[in-house]
Amino acid sequence: MNRNDASIEIRDLYKIFGRSPERYIESVREGLSKADLARANGHILGLNNINISMSAGKIQVVMGLSGSGKSTLIRHINRLIEPTSGSIIIDGRNIIEMSELELREFRRNKTAMVFQRFGLLPHRTVIDNVTFGLEVRGVEAAKCRQIGMRWVDRVGLLGFETRYPHELSGGMQQRVGLARALSNDASILLMDEAYSALDPLIRTDMQTMLLELQSELKKTIVFITHDLDEALRLGDRIVILRDGSIVQQGDSQNILLNPADDYIARFVKDVNRGRFIRVDAVMDPATRFESGSLPQLKSGSTLEVVAKALTDSCYDMGVVTSENGQPLGVVSLRQITAALSASAEERSAAEARQRGDKRTTDRCRQSSSTASGAMEKLL
Amino acid sequence: MDWLFKFPQLEPEFLLVIKRAIDGSLRNLTRVYGDSIENFFYPLQRVLIFLEDVVSRAPWPLVVLALALIAWIAARKWSVVAGVVGTLIAIGLLGLWQDAMKTISLVFAATVFSIAIGMPLGILMNRFKHVGGVVQTVLDVMQTMPPFVYLIPVVMLLGIGRVPGFIAVVIYAIPPIIRLTDLGIRLVDKEVLEAADAYGCSRGQKLWKVQLPLAMPTIMAGINQTIMMALGMVVIASMIGVQGLGLNVLQAIANQYFTQGILNGFAIVGIAIIFDRISQAYGHRLQRHQGAAHE
Repeated sequence: MNRNDASIEIRDLYKIFGRSPERYIESVREGLSKADLARANGHILGLNNINISMSAGKIQVVMGLSGSGKSTLIRHINRLIEPTSGSIIIDGRNIIEMSELELREFRRNKTAMVFQRFGLLPHRTVIDNVTFGLEVRGVEAAKCRQIGMRWVDRVGLLGFETRYPHELSGGMQQRVGLARALSNDASILLMDEAYSALDPLIRTDMQTMLLELQSELKKTIVFITHDLDEALRLGDRIVILRDGSIVQQGDSQNILLNPADDYIARFVKDVNRGRFIRVDAVMDPATRFESGSLPQLKSGSTLEVVAKALTDSCYDMGVVTSENGQPLGVVSLRQITAALSASAEERSAAEARQRGDKRTTDRCRQSSSTASGAMEKLL
Repeated sequence: MDWLFKFPQLEPEFLLVIKRAIDGSLRNLTRVYGDSIENFFYPLQRVLIFLEDVVSRAPWPLVVLALALIAWIAARKWSVVAGVVGTLIAIGLLGLWQDAMKTISLVFAATVFSIAIGMPLGILMNRFKHVGGVVQTVLDVMQTMPPFVYLIPVVMLLGIGRVPGFIAVVIYAIPPIIRLTDLGIRLVDKEVLEAADAYGCSRGQKLWKVQLPLAMPTIMAGINQTIMMALGMVVIASMIGVQGLGLNVLQAIANQYFTQGILNGFAIVGIAIIFDRISQAYGHRLQRHQGAAHE
């Protein structure tokens, strides 16, 4: 199995729930709204013109409130739900056109799924749950056990392998769910609100574990959540759904700094921005300067870290450098504060001020540079 | 105004013709096919006689020991084993050993047959949901139709004896196992089924690895019900020539022997309790494995 082919292309996907969805697909394509469809025809518009391309080896988060269609969307990827129209291309093949037998093979070998309420088999022990996917695939028992035990160990459940799921806590049960998915060695991992049923501390632990595993396994992960913090922490890319339609997609920086509409702005309002916005998204790109004696800030650091570093030094600005020390741009405390400001209006006002009064800003920079004795080097 | 108080009915002559026609054809059927139908059921008769011989001719300590062992294997509780042995000894001391063995062998055979037929039927009923309504109706009829009614054609075709008794018991006792197999499979957690699908289970794998194991506690309740209903039928079955405790009760009714009636009645109750405790305890043990499955 070639991991490089594990990208997922979702094109023009529609799902209408009801007795005769085919009858309404055309009017929905032409713009019939979810509310009108429900009122006039008693059909529910589940997904409305979804186009996403998910890159291989990345974590794609799908976010939305309940009823937004996110769980419906993830179930289309392994076709637990049949779409009304559209296509899903994985590894050059359209999942929607597969026969029952091909689909079964695809599910056995290419995808693994983790469920919100775990979906464990209550009559099987931990190890027998973990090896379920392999067993279904027809792997011999000894091999199953060997692979299974490795993953039981990996998720930190060694010593619990002969317990039954009901003897474990929620967090441990979800570790079993994760081990079951990982032991399948599928290149695509579907996680349907996998951590939503866990309490916050355990959830953070599980997120950390997933990120650690992912840095090594490089699977294509589709992660469904209604929690923005979780989305920002895990997602390489994020799609936000509302009423079955995509409202915005992009990386976390894009969504935090440029919310597409009020709905998303409200969403991101209460997020701890300092922890998620990275300095790269805020800095002025490098033009003509040498780093000099300004404090160096690692590219990819969060504003929280950068602000702390700047405050600890006696400078107002710093140079953002890449891994090998190459300067990438400069950032000032003023820019950081503007980006941290919770309200979108305030932030855009600050941005306007910055754009409108560039000279002032430059003067500010100069003065701070003078103070630091680095003026001639910077400009 | 007479028509208002007298329900309009079909012509009595017309009804009579219909009744005669049906009865006549049934009688013809009996005359023509009676022998071949009897031959068809001959193997069943041999099996029933064989079973009866095994339990009623075996040395009684062996039978007690065997039932105690079954109780232990199923329940793993000394209290259940003690209850089984105590009940059997009481039945033996009251002089009902032979009759009780005959009853046990018939009920055992009918239960095993009902499970063997009923569970697959329940699974099919679950799979083909659109025929579910029809099957439910048929099961309702089987359970509520007075047994004497369907005993008439059975007796006409097969005469009296073990086989018609067995058939009557099975018809009466099979609905619960069918119904509860279907129900048990329907009650399996949807997310677990979704997980099975997501990992690429075939239908057979889903049935054997997920649905049946998880439906087992409910199916056990169905088996328990089937046993109880089979025991409830033994008195009626005795009217068509089934020997055993039921026949004693029938005699007691006919001759107004109160003591004989009540002793045999209690012996039936005793056997019911034996079967019930063993199957219930086994069901509970299955359930304990999956603990809080139905939380």
